Amino acid sequence: MSKITFKIGGVHPNDAKLARDRAIEVLPLPQTVYVSMAQHLGAPAKPIVAVGDKVKTGQLIAEAGGFISAVVHSPVSGTVKSIAPRADIAGKPVTHVEISVEGDEWAEGIDLSDTLVTEIPEDRVAILKKIQDCGVVGLGGATFPTHVKLNPAPGSKAECLILNGAECEPYLTSDYRILLEKTKEIIVGAAIMQKVLGGCHTVIGIEENKPEAIEAVRKALTELPYNNIEVQSLKKKYPQGGEKQLIAAVMGREVGSGALPISVGAVVQNVATSLAVYEAVQKNKPLITNTLTVTGDCLPLERQHNYLFRIGVPLSFIAEYAGGIPEGAAKLISGGPMMGKAISNLDAATVKGSSSILYLSEASTRRGTESACIRCGRCAQACPMGLEPFLLNRLYKAGDNEALEANAAQDCIECGCCLYSCPANIPLLDNIRMAKGTVMGILRARAAAAKAAAEAAKSNENKN
Amino acid sequence: MSSTIIWTVAILAGLGFLLALILYLVAERFKVEEDPRIDEVEKVMPGANCGGCGFAGCRAFADAAVKAPNLDNNYCPVGGNEVMKKVAAILGFKVEEKAPQVAVLRCNGSCAVRPRINEYDGVKSCKVKAALYSGDTGCSFGCLGCGDCVEACQFGALSMDPETGLPVVDESKCTACGACVKACPKTLIELRAKGPRGMREYVACRNMDKGPAAKKACANACIGCGICVKTCTHDAITLENNIAYIDFSKCKLCRECEAMCPTGAIHGVNFPKPLDTAAVKERIAKRKAASAPSAGPSGTLPASGPLPLQPGAAMASGAEQPSSPSNVTSSNSNSSNE
Amino acid sequence: MDKYIISPNPHVHAPVSTKKLMLDVIIALCPAVIVSFLYYGWSEIIIMAVSIASCLCLEWTITKFLMKSSSTIGDLSAVVTGILLAMNLPPTTPWWIVVIGAAVAIAVAKMSFGGLGQNIFNPAITGRVFLLLSFPAAMTDWTVPAGFIANNADAFTGATLLGQVNILGPAAADKLVSLGTLFHNIGGSAGEISALALLAGWVYLIVRGVIKPWITLSIFATVAIIAGIFHLADPEAYTGPLFNLLTGGVILGACFMATDYVTSPMSTAGGIVFGFGIGFIVMMIRYFGSYPEGMSFAILIMNMAVPLIDRAFHQRKFGRK
Repeated sequence: MSKITFKIGGVHPNDAKLARDRAIEVLPLPQTVYVSMAQHLGAPAKPIVAVGDKVKTGQLIAEAGGFISAVVHSPVSGTVKSIAPRADIAGKPVTHVEISVEGDEWAEGIDLSDTLVTEIPEDRVAILKKIQDCGVVGLGGATFPTHVKLNPAPGSKAECLILNGAECEPYLTSDYRILLEKTKEIIVGAAIMQKVLGGCHTVIGIEENKPEAIEAVRKALTELPYNNIEVQSLKKKYPQGGEKQLIAAVMGREVGSGALPISVGAVVQNVATSLAVYEAVQKNKPLITNTLTVTGDCLPLERQHNYLFRIGVPLSFIAEYAGGIPEGAAKLISGGPMMGKAISNLDAATVKGSSSILYLSEASTRRGTESACIRCGRCAQACPMGLEPFLLNRLYKAGDNEALEANAAQDCIECGCCLYSCPANIPLLDNIRMAKGTVMGILRARAAAAKAAAEAAKSNENKN
Repeated sequence: MSSTIIWTVAILAGLGFLLALILYLVAERFKVEEDPRIDEVEKVMPGANCGGCGFAGCRAFADAAVKAPNLDNNYCPVGGNEVMKKVAAILGFKVEEKAPQVAVLRCNGSCAVRPRINEYDGVKSCKVKAALYSGDTGCSFGCLGCGDCVEACQFGALSMDPETGLPVVDESKCTACGACVKACPKTLIELRAKGPRGMREYVACRNMDKGPAAKKACANACIGCGICVKTCTHDAITLENNIAYIDFSKCKLCRECEAMCPTGAIHGVNFPKPLDTAAVKERIAKRKAASAPSAGPSGTLPASGPLPLQPGAAMASGAEQPSSPSNVTSSNSNSSNE
Repeated sequence: MDKYIISPNPHVHAPVSTKKLMLDVIIALCPAVIVSFLYYGWSEIIIMAVSIASCLCLEWTITKFLMKSSSTIGDLSAVVTGILLAMNLPPTTPWWIVVIGAAVAIAVAKMSFGGLGQNIFNPAITGRVFLLLSFPAAMTDWTVPAGFIANNADAFTGATLLGQVNILGPAAADKLVSLGTLFHNIGGSAGEISALALLAGWVYLIVRGVIKPWITLSIFATVAIIAGIFHLADPEAYTGPLFNLLTGGVILGACFMATDYVTSPMSTAGGIVFGFGIGFIVMMIRYFGSYPEGMSFAILIMNMAVPLIDRAFHQRKFGRK
C-alpha cells in the first residue's frame, strides 16, 4: 500500500517508542482520587454530588456546564470527601471532587465482560445520547466533546471519518498498545461513529513505524462484518496526528483558516476515543479509564510501562507505582515531548486526556542559549501550517497586531516544529503562542461586534 | 564654458521655483484646519508618548483635551499637576489637583523568603510564564521575576534586583503612567498616592491562599489573619480573599498595622526613622487597656493622632479627626513640628 | 535533580545549532581549501591563516569592548567569513591587505549592523570588493606562486582566464576552457582553482540539509542561458556558457556566497529570483562592463534586493490560496 503524508512542513524527531513492547497493565486503585471538573474543552462540568455522598464506580458525579462540555463520572466507588479547588499539573486551581476509595463497586447496567459486541444499535440519536451521557471526549489531546463533533451542523455532510492512529509524538505508545490489544473494539467503535455520521467512508490512519498495528487492524477488518473501513499507512512525520495535517494526508484536502474539519467533509477521531465510544455504546461504560505510558529517555527499559488507569488517579501515585521518578530526570511531562505540558505539580490528578508521564533527561530537554536569527528559514520549512515563525516572532516583539493577523498568526497549531528546528534556539513558539492569543482575541471581538451590529440592524428592521 | 554654468544655474533655479510653487499650491489646497490650541497644548506636554493618560500619545491627548468640555477625564499622570495647570491655562478650564502617584510592587517574595520549587526554562517573559503555569515558587500570586514591567517602563524607573529577584521602583523616575500595571500579568503593581514626603503604607502581597498555604510558599506572605484590620483605628484596612488591603485615602500612616503584622507583609516606606515595633505595640496595648473597661464607642478612642515617627502624617490627611490632638500616649516632641 | 525544569512545549530540540551549521560549511569548503594549498603553497596558507585569525580577533574585540556583550566567535561564522575572504583574494596578496579586508568584512559589513544575522551584505564579498576598489593593482596581480605540486605557473602569468578575454579575444579565450578546467584552473584566486572541489562541498551541504540547491541552480541556469543566447548569436564577440560557468568566482559565489543564509531570501521562489538576478547581473558585467569578473558585484547588488524579495515571496500557507 502506498504511504502518504501531508505536504507542507513537518519534522522528523527521533520517535523513541521505548515502551512499545510493554503490554497494558491495570493500575491498582489508590486511596483517594481527585476528579477534575475541567478535563474537557469548553465549560467546566458542575458537580451534582455533595460532600459525604457515597458513589459507585461509573456513577454520574457532574453534569455538563454548557453546550460544549461533558459529563463526568466517578472512577471509583467510595465517599465524596470534598469539592474544592485543587492545583492541576500547571499548579493552577481547578475544582476537583475528592473521593476516598472504598472497594470497587460498579454502578448498575455497566457490562464488565470482555465479550466483543459487534452488533451496532440502529438508532443514531440514541447512540449520540449514549456517547454524550458517558462523557466521551476526544482523547487525542484536545479533549473536545465527542458527541458535538459527531453531530455536525445541519447542511454539512461527513464524507470521511478518519481514525487517528498516527501517534506521531515521540515516546508515546498508548495508542499503539490499544491498537494491538483492543483492535476489534476500536474498529467496532469506528463502525459506530461511521453509522452516526451516516455511513461515510472510514480510514484508520497509522504511521509506518507501527507495522504490527497496521497488520493487526488489517487482519481484524477481514474478520469483522463492516464495509467501507480501510487502514492507511502513513509516512512517519510529525505532526501527522494534527487534525488538519491528518486530513491533508488522508484526503488531500486542506481545512481553511478558522474552519472546522467538517467544512471539507472530514471528521477526525482518535483511536482511543473510538475505544471509549465502543465501551460507551456497546458496554454502557462511561469514560473513566484511559491508557497512559510511563516512559522517558532516562528510564531503564524494564521500567517503561503502559497502564490502564482510572481517570482521577494522582500522577504521583502512578509515578510511585512505576518505581518513582528515575535518576537523571530533569523534566516531567504530561503528553508527548513536542506538545505535552511540563508538570510542575506531580500531585495533580490525571484527567481524561492524560496520555503519559514522560521523564526527559537534562541533555535532551534543556534549551540551548538563544542566539541571533541567522535567517536560515528552517522554522518556515518546518511549519506544517506554512507560516513564517521568524516573521511572526519579530512582529510579536514589535507589537504589530495587524501584520500578525495578515501573516496568519491565528493559524498556528502550537505543534512546536519551529522551536524544535531553530538552530539559534529562539523561543519562537513561546512568543507566537502569545501573538496567536492576541490575534484570536481581536478576531473574536470583531466577530462579536459584527454579530451585535447585524442583530441591531435586524431589530431595527423589525421595528420599522 | 561660462554660459554652460549660467544655463545650469538658471535651469536649476527655475526648476526649484516651479516645484516650490507646486508644493505651495498643493499645501494650500489640502490644508487641514486645526485648532491652534492643540499645538499649544502639545507643546507643554511631557512628550513621552507613554499612553499613561489613556490616549495614543501626547498629541492625541492634546486633541482630546481641546475637544472635551472639561478636563475631568483627561489627566496626564506624567506631567502631573504642573503640566495640567498649564494645559488648563491654555484651554481656560479648571483642573482638579490630584495627589501624585507612584508605582508600588505588592510582592515581597524575594529569593530568600520564597523558595524556588522548579526551574523555568522558557522565554524570559512574565506573560508567557503566567500563561504556562503557576510559577517557579509555591506562591501562584507572586512576582514571576521575568521583568515584563521593566521592559514596559519608558522612564527607566524600574529595574530588577538580582538579589531579591524582584523589580525595584525608582520613585524619582516613576511618572505613574501605569504601563507596568498593564504589563504585569499578576496585577502586582499598583499606583498609590505618593504620600507626604513619599511616606506610605501598603500590603506587599497578593497571595489569596489560606494562611498555612501562603505561609508555606513565602515567609513574607499576607496570611489573611486580620490582625491589621483589628488594629487599624481609621477603618483603612479591609480583608478580602485572605488578603489585606490598605486604602491609602484613609490611611493615616500611624504604622500600627505594620508593627502588628506577624509576617512583615505590610510595608512602610520613606519614613524618616525605622519603625520601633516594641514602642508601637506597647502603645496599642495601653490603648486597648484604657478602652476595655469603659467599652465606649470607637470615636472616643485616643487613637488616631500622628505618631512620633511620621511628622507629616497629620498634614497629609488634611481633615483630622477631632479627637486626635488630645492623644497623649503617642505624642512627643516630634509631632509638634507641624 | 531537586528542581525540575518547566518550559512551554516543545520539550526536545533537533540536533542542530548555528555552530554545527557553520562547521558544516567549513567542512564543505575544505576540499577547495586543500586544493588551493596544494597549488599555491605557503603563500596561500599564510593568507588563509591571517584572514581567519583577523576575522576572529576583530569579532571578539568588537563584541567584548564595543558591544559589551558576550562573545559570538563560538558560532564559527567569523571563521567562515575568513575562509571565504581568503579564497577570494589573489595568492600573492600581502598580509596587511588581508587584514584590511577582514576588518571591512567583520567590522563594517557585519558587526556595525549588529552582528550575525543583521548584516545586509555578505561580509566576505564586501571585504573583497573594498580591497578590489582600494588596491586594484594588488588585487589583480595573478602571478602564481610556487605550490606543493607542479602547477605550470609559467603558462599563466598576469591574467586569469577571464582576463584572457581582453587579451586574446572571446573566441580564443573560449577555447582555453575544457573539461580539464573542471579539476584545476590555475591563475586566479584560491576559490577559482577547482570547480570540482567546490561542487563537492556544495553537494555535501545539500546532502547535510544545510542549504537548498535552488539559489545555486538558478544562478547556473541563468548564466548558462544568457551566455548561450549571446554565444549563439555571435561566437566571436561573446564567450560561451561553459567558459562563463567555470571561470571566475561563479561557482564559489553561487555555491557558498549567494547561499549565505543571512543575505539571501528565505523562500524557494525568492531564492530563484535572487539567483536569476545574480546570474543576469554577472553576465551583463562580463559582457558589457569594464571588469572581467562580476560575481562579487552581482551578489552585493542582489543582497540589497533581499528584503524586497522577502516581502514579495511568502510560502504558501496551509488552507489558504
